Amino acid sequence: MRNTMRTSITVVILALSLVVGGCAKRQTPVATPQPAPPAAQPPQIATANPAPPRRVDEALPVPAQPAVSDDAASSRSIDDLNRNSPLKPVFFSVDSADLDETARAVASANADVLKKNSSWVITIEGHCDERGTAEYNLALGERRAIAVKTFLVSLGISPDRVRTISYGKEFPFDPGKTEEAFYRNRRGHFVITSN
Amino acid sequence: MMTSARRHRSGPGGFTVAASLLVVGVLAAQQTPQPAAPAQQQPSEIGARISGDSPLTPPHYAVPDFVALTPNATPIAQMLAQVLWDDLNFEREFDMIPRDVYKSIPVARSVEQVPFGSWREIGADGVFFGSVEQKGNDVVVQVRLYNVRTRAQVFGQEYTIAARSARRIAHEVADTVHQQQRGVRGVARTRLTFVSDRVRESLLGTVEKRNAKEIYVVDYDGANEIRITNSRDLNLNPSWSHDGRAIVYSAFRHGGPPDLLISYITTGVLQDLTKGRFARNGGASLPVFSPDGRRIVFHATAENASAPDLYVINTDGTNMRRLTTHPDSDTTPTWSPSGTEIAFTSDRTGKPQIYIMSAEGTGPQRRLPIPDAEADRATWAPAPFNEIAYSARNGPGYDIKIHELATGQTRQLTFSEGTNESPAYSPSGRHLAFTSSRSGLVQVFTIGRDGSGLRQVTRTGNNQTPDWSN
Repeated sequence: MRNTMRTSITVVILALSLVVGGCAKRQTPVATPQPAPPAAQPPQIATANPAPPRRVDEALPVPAQPAVSDDAASSRSIDDLNRNSPLKPVFFSVDSADLDETARAVASANADVLKKNSSWVITIEGHCDERGTAEYNLALGERRAIAVKTFLVSLGISPDRVRTISYGKEFPFDPGKTEEAFYRNRRGHFVITSN
Repeated sequence: MMTSARRHRSGPGGFTVAASLLVVGVLAAQQTPQPAAPAQQQPSEIGARISGDSPLTPPHYAVPDFVALTPNATPIAQMLAQVLWDDLNFEREFDMIPRDVYKSIPVARSVEQVPFGSWREIGADGVFFGSVEQKGNDVVVQVRLYNVRTRAQVFGQEYTIAARSARRIAHEVADTVHQQQRGVRGVARTRLTFVSDRVRESLLGTVEKRNAKEIYVVDYDGANEIRITNSRDLNLNPSWSHDGRAIVYSAFRHGGPPDLLISYITTGVLQDLTKGRFARNGGASLPVFSPDGRRIVFHATAENASAPDLYVINTDGTNMRRLTTHPDSDTTPTWSPSGTEIAFTSDRTGKPQIYIMSAEGTGPQRRLPIPDAEADRATWAPAPFNEIAYSARNGPGYDIKIHELATGQTRQLTFSEGTNESPAYSPSGRHLAFTSSRSGLVQVFTIGRDGSGLRQVTRTGNNQTPDWSN
């Protein structure tokens, strides 16, 4: 049944007489071992084998994940570039994805840098302060990243060079609880992903 | 004791019929209905239901320590009694007598020795008798429930399970007794999944220091925490499949745009559902399994769209369709219990509000008449509760509120103790899980749908977006 994952329990209805008398325990039926029925196969997964009929403990296997590789050698120069990036972040008002005058000036300067470095491909990360819900901020961060991309494209940057991603409020730049910290965290952050 | 016991051999007789009933079942993971079902059919007779002092007062139950029939079974015997007490207390269908009260009552060594007189003296209407025998790596557990007044056994089962999974037995008993005695679907065997940063590892390969978040699974009562991702990435918004065998979540692999991954947690198979289809435009987020487990609704942004919309896709990755096209955000979806409608958040009025549309995306999109300036993360209650829980802006943070669809009325479950977000119903609809910062870091809590019975489930790290299994 639901979430009885990997648990196998033999169940016996105890002798259900009203007996409280001496023979109650001897009346208890004995579990007859039976193989567990085959696990229902998860649908649509060709590679998933049905669990073999056996008694197992309830430890869940950790699904295989692609190995995490640091990519250190190949990405080092880009990391260095991003550490002192010529592309500056743009900041947003509370609950807004609109680029104000300051933000447009910063984004225009970034567009000039991108025109001079025509091989660069960038990702614009949309970030939010902590005051919305985690869920809603994913959408808000996305709108912010898209707004920046749209503005860059309007300045002649090829959309093929600009990707977007939202981190919502998952990765605050400033963990503080001040208005200043919140302001720093409401940003479109430029990351060079290929040079 | 023996005399009085015998006296009741001819008592109300629901179970004499069942005396020869010998049901052996093997409960494997995905079996429905559970093998306990034959027992559940028995107590339709009046005598099998333990009543309280009056029809209006819940019966008082006592759960003394189980008897260890082998010396090494003592810890399990004590643990099972406590877990069973906790499980039975959770639904608040019984008035559970605190276990301290009957510490002085000697534990019966056998069913013949159950001191019914003593139990009656402390006001118990029902009392359990359990025994545990360790056999190698297994334990054999017998559990019986007696009506203290009539001394009749109203429930009795024997279980065999690996010793390290013994806790499960208490959950099985609690769910069965709730069903038999109260007609209530218990949640003792359910689990929660959630996101946590507790490992405090940084993502690899990024410029700034960013904390990884991984997906976890835990029993409804906070026991048996298991980490199900190990990718040192950002993993968000897990959602259970209807059968509790799979969890879908958004995985920002290598920090990149998220794909939806389905983790079949009983087999270890990991399936990439979206395969980079939205990699250029922010990825895919906030997936939710449909009630029948066949489809997943999620949010993603189409090429050239100005904001995310809702999409639906079959669990095998086929038949992906865009459901909404509004230029403002449509996000955070939830299915109606029948799977025919979807509620979601949109900021088309300038602030997040909750809307309902058909699950095909056709027809009108109706805004819920919710009074809050901001409402997000709708979660549709299972039947028969015709209501939607959501996070409501309360000033600096959020509170959990519930909107009754039939009456249009709204009630509140939390009252500005920290920020309270991400409500998720239990499969019975009688409880909700949510996150709260009331105790410091953000933790997962559960609470009754009437606002009573608050319990903290997680204790470490920051935890977010719980979802409750069937």
